[in-house]
Amino acid sequence: MKKLRRSMLFIPGSNAAMLSTAFVYRPDSIMFDLEDAVALREKDSARLLVFHALQLTAYRGIETVVRINPLDTPYGLKDLEAAVRGGAEIVRLPKTDCAEDIQKLEREVDRIERECGREHGSTRLMAAIESASGVVNAVAIAAASPRMDSIALAGFDYVVDMQTQRGDGSELFYARCAILHAARAAKIDAFDVVFSDVNDDEGFLKEANFAKNLGFNGKSLINPRQIELLHKAYAPTEQELRKAERIVNAAEEAEREGLGVVSLNGKMVDAPVVLNARRILALAKPAFAQA
Amino acid sequence: MNNNQRTLTLKDPCLDGLERFQNFATHMPYLKGPQKLTRKLVDSLEEAVRRSGLKDGQTISFHHAFREGDKTINYVVDVLARMGFKNLTLASSSLMNCNTPLIRHIKEGVISKIYTSGMRGALAREISNGLMEQPIHVHSHGGRVHLIQSGELELDVAFLGVSSCDAFGNANGVSGRSRCGSLGYAMVDAQFAHRVILLTDEIAPFPVTPASISQDQVDWIVKVDQVGDPAKISVGAARVTKNPRDLLIARLAADLIEHSGYFEQGFSLQTGSGGASTAATRFLEDRMRRKGITASFALGGITGGIVDLLKKGLIGKVVDTQSFDADAATSLAESPNHIEVSTNEYVNPDSKGAYCDRLDVVILSALEVDLDFNVNVITGSDGLMMGASGGHCDVAAAANLSIVVGPLIRGRIPTVVKQVTTLVTPGECVGVLVTDHGIAVNPNRPEVEARLRAAGLPVMTIHDLYERAVSLAGEPAPIEFLDKIVGIIHYRDGSVIDVVRQVKP
Amino acid sequence: MHIKKEAICGTLESNDLLVKVVPFGGLQVSISSEVMRQFGARIREVVDETLKQMNVSQGKIVIEDKGALDCAIRARVQAAVLRGCECEELDWSVL
Repeated sequence: MKKLRRSMLFIPGSNAAMLSTAFVYRPDSIMFDLEDAVALREKDSARLLVFHALQLTAYRGIETVVRINPLDTPYGLKDLEAAVRGGAEIVRLPKTDCAEDIQKLEREVDRIERECGREHGSTRLMAAIESASGVVNAVAIAAASPRMDSIALAGFDYVVDMQTQRGDGSELFYARCAILHAARAAKIDAFDVVFSDVNDDEGFLKEANFAKNLGFNGKSLINPRQIELLHKAYAPTEQELRKAERIVNAAEEAEREGLGVVSLNGKMVDAPVVLNARRILALAKPAFAQA
Repeated sequence: MNNNQRTLTLKDPCLDGLERFQNFATHMPYLKGPQKLTRKLVDSLEEAVRRSGLKDGQTISFHHAFREGDKTINYVVDVLARMGFKNLTLASSSLMNCNTPLIRHIKEGVISKIYTSGMRGALAREISNGLMEQPIHVHSHGGRVHLIQSGELELDVAFLGVSSCDAFGNANGVSGRSRCGSLGYAMVDAQFAHRVILLTDEIAPFPVTPASISQDQVDWIVKVDQVGDPAKISVGAARVTKNPRDLLIARLAADLIEHSGYFEQGFSLQTGSGGASTAATRFLEDRMRRKGITASFALGGITGGIVDLLKKGLIGKVVDTQSFDADAATSLAESPNHIEVSTNEYVNPDSKGAYCDRLDVVILSALEVDLDFNVNVITGSDGLMMGASGGHCDVAAAANLSIVVGPLIRGRIPTVVKQVTTLVTPGECVGVLVTDHGIAVNPNRPEVEARLRAAGLPVMTIHDLYERAVSLAGEPAPIEFLDKIVGIIHYRDGSVIDVVRQVKP
Repeated sequence: MHIKKEAICGTLESNDLLVKVVPFGGLQVSISSEVMRQFGARIREVVDETLKQMNVSQGKIVIEDKGALDCAIRARVQAAVLRGCECEELDWSVL
């Protein structure tokens, strides 16, 4: 069953305390940020903090992502060395505008994996789309490399590029849809924007539900308190759960009896429906997350 | 015959040795004099001390309901020092940071022995580093009452600060400028001390009601400028913490209670005053509503969070031995379902009935928990005394399920250790440990563990938690101690459960 | 590696440490920590190890620790040394 990727918690790479403790919040993934969250004069130190933190056994059970600086900055390449050598599962490239950006990144990752003896292909890539170009090129970006893992929409920079501002969500509508379609066409995952008002639980839930209904695999978070809320939003309702259980049971029974077709209540159940039911059941565990 | 002149002159063997009536006030001369109503009011503390007959080597007692705003303890000991007293035993229900001035009096021999539930700050450090010749005696809240009743601790004179008091000594802590709420600790001293002196900053019109301390327990009353600093006694109710780690632990604790098997209509609970505990109270509210249940009573140490649940009709009664904040103090004054109890009624193991025996679940804190679930709440990882025994071992012994909450690692210091530095609450009384890394259930509660696992909670063994702490923080070097004993830790039944030795400098 | 100039790295926040490196004839490491008794020896070990790996044989290293874990100690010491050496290129094999 595919891994759950509902919550991606952003941690500033320069914050030693957070790097030492963030795993307790058990988000589905943790993103160590070397880009916007880190001041220019701290880039060197944050890079090393993240390099060492990645190797803590406490992070083994959680998917680790590192957001490097763009490769055309003095920092990007060094960040990439730290991320790959440190063992990050995914490298997030900010401001991805075209497929070429991913291909440049891929070449460097190939080299570093070779140099440090890391299994070729083990470092996957996440493209962060933050501009109109990026949105328009999303399909090519998503298919730019076999290493592509997911695409994320970065709301703040994107709306600036679009010459508008964050509002009720309509300013992101096309971008969200474009990115989702590109991701699904390339069979990779898609992540929604950060919700920056930590005190507005209602607003957060509204946005999270909207993204979930559109089909986003998950969302970027900036505060551990949002993790619980998000998991609640992604949790299936009792009704959905019961239905999914019945479908999966029917499918398993059909398999046991060697039948090619799954039927429930006299009606045929298509394979995609069974797949979806399994996905719903996976979202239901662990039960205690439904606070 | 004129009754006023009637004198019984009968001689009969059956009347031998019996005193003959003289006049209505023979033995109560105060009834005749101008001081009938004011006889207990004394101009100065010195005068009250003189009348009490306090001698060197005797025991003076105090309560700590004014918390860090207390001024009574320091003031009284200052006066006694000036009067030249020596070798007194100080028995306070607890001692705080604000009692640092006692260091000087200890050095000068005014105080040579201490009985307390705990100490903080510089006083605690100095005593831990060998300031006193005799070790201090640390007891739990219930244990203190036991020590008094058993006679080991004999209170000669109790000096009790109260925020409101009338000329006869009826007193409470719910009215007046320096109000602190429940006088649960003071009520015990008022009952057992040989002599009781009340200090107050407000003499109120007679009779003061309610009378937490009754006039028939009080010898003298002294008016002082301030028994406590209102700004420091109790601030507003603590806001629910925003600290994500505390919230995480609190949510886990609430989930745990929900699935513990004790979360039924009419259950009873006690929560502490720490960040995670108050947040847990809030999370419990949601779960109580969802399940449609209410609690029969809450006990403790009462905070505004508990009062809130009382007001919402989710808790039937609040039983208060100490009001931690202004909300609790106000509720005690105003709500008929919020009652004050003495420490004796709260947790005394010898009491004919202690409320703690009726507890279902209690949330407690800890400085250290070891692999046998023993708890240390007294000494820090540096070996110095810094905390209080409080009601910890009392409620842990009595409640159906004792839950200890805390971060697995504080700074770099692991909470879970191989063996506690100081044993205060025995592991057999502790049911569950909740940390930000996961929950460990005492092997002696297999039924609880089964329920929690079935509910999908992150249950692991305490050994796993220990390994996790060590793999992250490393293993702390063991503290080295000298032979000298600086603290004797009494279990609630009076027996000695552990000692604290002086840390090697 | 040769420490050419004074450099600082880190913060005094909980779980972090402040590292100062100063050019000096010999090698001198001084550590003060909130958890000196419990972890002083371990901190010393980690710092010495890190300096050795980077081939630092001269310099005054001053550590003010607020309960940082080993990974943060290593990172901050490495960053401070690199700043002090004015090194642009990282030799990942020594980190």
